[in-house]
Amino acid sequence: MEAIKQHQGLVFPLNRSNIDTDQIIPKQFLKRIERTGFGQFLFFNWRFDDEGNERADFALNEPKYENSTVLIAGENFGCGSSREHAPWALLDYGFKVIIAPSFADIFYNNSLKNGIIPIKMEEVQLNKWMEQAETGRLVLDINLLEQTITDQENLIVPFDIPEYHKEKLINGWDDIALTLLHQEKIEQFENSL
Amino acid sequence: MTKPETIIKKIWDKHVVHQEEGNPDLLYIDQHLIHEVTSPQAFEGLRLNNRTVRRPDLTFATMDHNVPTKNRENIKDEISRKQMETLKTNCEEFGIKLADMFHPDQGIVHVIGPQLGLTQPGKTIVCGDSHTSTHGAFGALAFGIGTSEVEHVLATQTIWQEQPKTMNVHVEGDLGPGVTAKDLILAIIAKFGVKFGTGHIVEYTGDAVRKLSMEGRMTICNMSIEGGARAGLISPDQTTIDFLRGREYVPQGEAYNEIADEWLALATDEGAEYDATLTIQAAEIEPQVSWGTNPAMCVPISGATPSLADVEHKEDVQRALEYMGLEENQPITSIEIDHVFIGSCTNSRFADLEKAASIIEGKKVKEGIKAIVVPGSFSVKLQAEQVGLDQIFLNAGFEWRNSGCSMCLGMNDDIIPPGGRCASTSNRNFEGRQGNGARTHLVSPEMAAAAAIEGRFVDVRKFAGVLN
Repeated sequence: MEAIKQHQGLVFPLNRSNIDTDQIIPKQFLKRIERTGFGQFLFFNWRFDDEGNERADFALNEPKYENSTVLIAGENFGCGSSREHAPWALLDYGFKVIIAPSFADIFYNNSLKNGIIPIKMEEVQLNKWMEQAETGRLVLDINLLEQTITDQENLIVPFDIPEYHKEKLINGWDDIALTLLHQEKIEQFENSL
Repeated sequence: MTKPETIIKKIWDKHVVHQEEGNPDLLYIDQHLIHEVTSPQAFEGLRLNNRTVRRPDLTFATMDHNVPTKNRENIKDEISRKQMETLKTNCEEFGIKLADMFHPDQGIVHVIGPQLGLTQPGKTIVCGDSHTSTHGAFGALAFGIGTSEVEHVLATQTIWQEQPKTMNVHVEGDLGPGVTAKDLILAIIAKFGVKFGTGHIVEYTGDAVRKLSMEGRMTICNMSIEGGARAGLISPDQTTIDFLRGREYVPQGEAYNEIADEWLALATDEGAEYDATLTIQAAEIEPQVSWGTNPAMCVPISGATPSLADVEHKEDVQRALEYMGLEENQPITSIEIDHVFIGSCTNSRFADLEKAASIIEGKKVKEGIKAIVVPGSFSVKLQAEQVGLDQIFLNAGFEWRNSGCSMCLGMNDDIIPPGGRCASTSNRNFEGRQGNGARTHLVSPEMAAAAAIEGRFVDVRKFAGVLN
């Protein structure tokens, strides 16, 4: 995966909680056997009507959010199915960072495996940014090395991320290659069974 | 005397390959189950990096998510067909056993694992599907993973996992007559919410859980993910041992008795401590019906949709009511349905079909309702046909299909049209889950059967004469 140390981007606010992976990418698009090309199907049923026209009532379709790369959402983001197609779709569409009060476990893991930074943020601060992004234009600067987010008013907010996840994101490390360093231990374990 | 431990800790400790302060543990995986939807990119990743499958013998594949439940010989959707062919090619190339669409072992991955005895107490089991928690019913540590992790397990037979917190969901007392495992798990999620289990592995304990059949326990553990839990499990007991005896992949004869003793010893020790405990009173639980767009939006059959004035997240509730085409304070028994789906990894086993059939026997599906039964596996289908359950459903006006995930997620042709309303024995009532614009109400097989006859939700206990 691609290494990510720092990212500055326009925020798209999606003020809903429990956004499940069926909403992020509906099942009819899970039939492909590739990892790529899922961005066009992101939030498909929210973005498009039955005729395939863009829905005016879904903000991501507004010009002001064009090229947004940072998603702010409500709690329990990514609940439901384990489909990795969800982070694939988000990444392919252009989102590099997702900020929410909480994430579903499998989605959180899947994001990290694809070089997306999932950031847990307490609701008071998150709601302020949500409102700013809804009413105006919000650009955030995410520094993974420093574990800080800086907004346009130069407010600097720290965030937590486990050190081992951070290290993998920063280096773009392939999990399997790292695990295979322990191959001898895996063999020993198998021999002990 | 050693410190009392939970089954979670006991299984975990037996599977640690590598451990290092401040990092997740590297856990060995005993059983990897794969299916057509979440595996193709994993195999492709192996090929791109010149890697291979470390333990094809510990890997088992089936086709379930995308398979048609009728006209299997002639799949019109080219992309679906290709996805299934890709699984076949991958399994051949890497030497993995595959129960394909026409194989007698084919079925929903979480139905066939236990049916074949691949699922066993004490095993670590993973699958690229969130409902892998189902296998926890046997006292296995089983969880869903993404495709990158599928690739990782294929290549290394291990997975990196942070030591999760443990949680005891204690069910106190007994379930009332006519109240099922499905009602219990829906009530648990309704009470504690869709993320009560996040970051935890949940063990379900208490008399009501002990008295459940293995099928009921699978229904409970299946929906752990709907409460956000990483996994859900139940300590093995004699019910577990009796269920698995004689199954294809378990040791046979005297060897089985020996391993059964080891399995029983895995049960959580008296006095073991959990990081958290939640308690629910079984006797208070009624048959449940979900009204909204997540599984916690669920009430007893005697209840009604919420009043907007009383709820905490008003916007979410309003949005859900709108999507579902319901009013606030609307009695559940006033909700009319036009589809019934009996199936899915939650409720498609023989015992589920038998219970639904007992309600439907001699009656007719209400006119205008499309009702289908999708057995969880080819073997379940055969077993049901041997005792004539198919005829009961067919005579009542149900369709009797071949096995697969079907209308639970609507990847194949089994979808509900926009605005359609379904009484479904599945596990998710998300927007669009059963079809774009489709409205899903989660219920037990018995409640779905009764709704099929009445055309609206009714208390199956009154219907079946359990309650007056």
